[in-house]
Amino acid sequence: MSPAVVVTEEEGRSKLVSASSPSLDCFSQNGVVDLKERNYLGLSDCSSVDSCDSTLPSLCDEKKVNLNLKATELRLGLPGSQSPERDLDFYSTKLDEKPLFPLLPAKDGIQKTVVSGNKRGFADTVDGFSQGKFNGNTGINVMLSPRPVVAHPNTVKEMPSKVLQERPCAARGTTGHNHAGAASIAGSQPASKAQVVGWPPIRSFRKNSMATASKNNNDEVDGKPGPTALFVKVSMDGAPYLRKVDLRTYTTYQELSSALEKMFSCFTLGEQLLF
Amino acid sequence: MEHTFPQKVLEHLFSFIDSNKDRNAISLVSKSWYEIERRCRKKIFIGNCYAVSPTTVIKRFPELRSITLKGKPHFADFNLVPDGWGGYVHSWIEAMAVNIPLLEEIRLKRMVVTDESLELIAKSFKNFKVLVLISCEGFSTDGLETIASNCRNLEELNLQESDVDDLSGDWICYFPDSYTSLVSLNISCLNNEVNLSALEGLLGRCPNLQTLCLNHAVPLDQLPSLLSRCPQLVELGTGVYSTEEMRPEVLSSLITAFSGCKQLKSLSGFWNVLPSYLPAVYPICPRLTSLNLSYAIIQSSDIVKLIGQCPNLLRLWVLDYIEDVGLEAVAASCKDLQELRVFPSDPSCLEPNIALTERGLVSVSKGCPKLQSVLYFCRQMSNAALDAIAQNRPNLTRFRLCILEPHTPDYLTLQPLDSGFGAIVEHCKDLQRLSLSGLLTDRVFEHIGTHAKKLEMLSVAFAGDSDLGLHYVLSGCENLRKLEIRDCPFGDEALLVNAAKLETMRSLWMSSCSVSFGACKLLGQKMPRLNVEVIDESGPPDSRPDNCPVEKLYIYRSIAGPRLDMPGFVWTMKDDSSRRLELDVAGVEAQFRNL
Repeated sequence: MSPAVVVTEEEGRSKLVSASSPSLDCFSQNGVVDLKERNYLGLSDCSSVDSCDSTLPSLCDEKKVNLNLKATELRLGLPGSQSPERDLDFYSTKLDEKPLFPLLPAKDGIQKTVVSGNKRGFADTVDGFSQGKFNGNTGINVMLSPRPVVAHPNTVKEMPSKVLQERPCAARGTTGHNHAGAASIAGSQPASKAQVVGWPPIRSFRKNSMATASKNNNDEVDGKPGPTALFVKVSMDGAPYLRKVDLRTYTTYQELSSALEKMFSCFTLGEQLLF
Repeated sequence: MEHTFPQKVLEHLFSFIDSNKDRNAISLVSKSWYEIERRCRKKIFIGNCYAVSPTTVIKRFPELRSITLKGKPHFADFNLVPDGWGGYVHSWIEAMAVNIPLLEEIRLKRMVVTDESLELIAKSFKNFKVLVLISCEGFSTDGLETIASNCRNLEELNLQESDVDDLSGDWICYFPDSYTSLVSLNISCLNNEVNLSALEGLLGRCPNLQTLCLNHAVPLDQLPSLLSRCPQLVELGTGVYSTEEMRPEVLSSLITAFSGCKQLKSLSGFWNVLPSYLPAVYPICPRLTSLNLSYAIIQSSDIVKLIGQCPNLLRLWVLDYIEDVGLEAVAASCKDLQELRVFPSDPSCLEPNIALTERGLVSVSKGCPKLQSVLYFCRQMSNAALDAIAQNRPNLTRFRLCILEPHTPDYLTLQPLDSGFGAIVEHCKDLQRLSLSGLLTDRVFEHIGTHAKKLEMLSVAFAGDSDLGLHYVLSGCENLRKLEIRDCPFGDEALLVNAAKLETMRSLWMSSCSVSFGACKLLGQKMPRLNVEVIDESGPPDSRPDNCPVEKLYIYRSIAGPRLDMPGFVWTMKDDSSRRLELDVAGVEAQFRNL
């Protein structure tokens, strides 16, 4: 596994902190600005106030940089190369202001940076996001079961409302089709809504079997069912645990990718606390 | 009294007693009976692999031949337990390999089994006969190769619903030509095609084969030749039940093959059904006692035609395509029916797209006097229907109702379904297992606590108003063994006040409830024979205030102490300083009594 190499951008400059990766030079020189990298390991700080300003790209926006990235970056430098300054203030304030592990996107959106040396940056594979689509994407609730709305001192105010949205008509007692995001996910199925993890209680084996079966039996039956769940396991280098993802809840690669990012962003905890 | 019968006589008497419950009772009679019993116990069932250590089991029962182990909590079936949680079987296999080389049977459910474990099994137990892996994971077809190569006396290989890394279909070639003892083979979970000619050879040389469950990759046109090798089959799971286009010669060879199976009593499989091929099974329908069409996407009329020919069905699993009208037909023709399961064809769709409602279940409850076990997914329910079901069928022992949309009220009155479920527990006095759904308040739990005295397993989701609900259940259900709860507003008090109850149960699961971390700690410290495990993927729970609710909580009784294989997202609430907390607990208890 190639170690992640961090590209930090400060004031418009690209600084490569790596002993060797010519490919990175190409990236930084050849219009990285057109591409958007994703850092699944969360080496960017997802709770820094600064980074929250960078909304979904405005692509040439090298200035909107997460300066606190330095604090958590992995280095592949030669001995004697500059070591990052630890921003201690950052760690003490973040606990008050932001959730430690916002598993849902804060209003800002995706954090920038980090390209791994040999691996294709995520940005290579997508064109860019439309802000609205991402922010409205509250339908993805893949690994979280909906939490009761309880006051958490550490919780961002957006959290409860998002949690409410994702709970299947928690206190309402009616069928709630009030998820704008869900509609975009469900695509051709406006009557479906954000899926609650583990509900209805059907084993993955059965869900996957039905998914395969319904594909092949398309014209057979009245009241043809829509797509059912299709679970796959996702494993990310460096992350200690696998995750299960229901591919049917995403209609585009971007949605899947952002959901995966959220899912794996919680693994940054270990790194942050270690420092 | 103990000296009335010599040991040998007692041993002989005990050998007639098979049930685990009775064996456990025998061991409690006296010390000498305990000693005699333990030395001749052959079979053991361990409902929670973390409740006891392998060493303890082996020390007590040195003559074991059969072991059954269950690992992950039941809600793991629905992705509520993160990967890596645990349930590894390897340490058990290692211990038994050394100490119980004559072990013959291993049955596992929801456990992690590696190829290494399989190899150890294959090489350690010379007389190994039965391997059953239900909903297990962690192994590949490589592991199956070692089993096939080494287990000369293997009788059963059952991989039901396991998640197998299917690397190659050639593992089945590893059964040597001299191997002839197969009785039961279930490979329905495999994704890829197994080597068909090897399979055919295997079937042909195993005269005792009774159960064969194929996977969907086995083409239908191969089924007749497979069946011709084992016409003595009692249970068959077909592969895919269609061909690209209907081929009359396939149909006729199927008819011939099925007609040759005179003992066939149970049918399943039916992945991707082409209805024109269904008549092939008509000849065996009158003998069928078990029919699983729960993967078959076919219309109600085809289902009814098929079931209409199966008057002796005891067990029927089907999709909601059967519709109310189909269930009425079942009620009319299957008078011996004991178990009904109706699965949703499209769980995520909210609109009622299928004409299956509560009426179907009511008609079956009315028409099938022997109905005991129900699993029913539907979109609407009423208290009146539940009441009717309860009065029609007081002999129900398992009742699991899943109304697809959480918090759905009685569709006629818009009231909660409290009284309907209340009728169920009141009339069905032998009810052992119950799953709730729909709009429910604390009242339903009051009913359950009052009436469900034989209840052993209760599953609750999106229900209740307050801690009272949980308190009713924990204080009222005397035989409760397993309780699993998700998304209910149950918190600390009911749990703490009923802490002693938890030691009488196998396990309690609570997720997305309101149990605080502080309460978990208290419980862990106060109850040394309970393992209180907090599952929280967002970080260590002690980095947040004690009054923060935990994500998921799994509490189980154990004499093995906290387990040693917990992943990073599971925390055990074990602490040595238990004394100072007794005051806290007493305070909470006093408060609660004043409610």
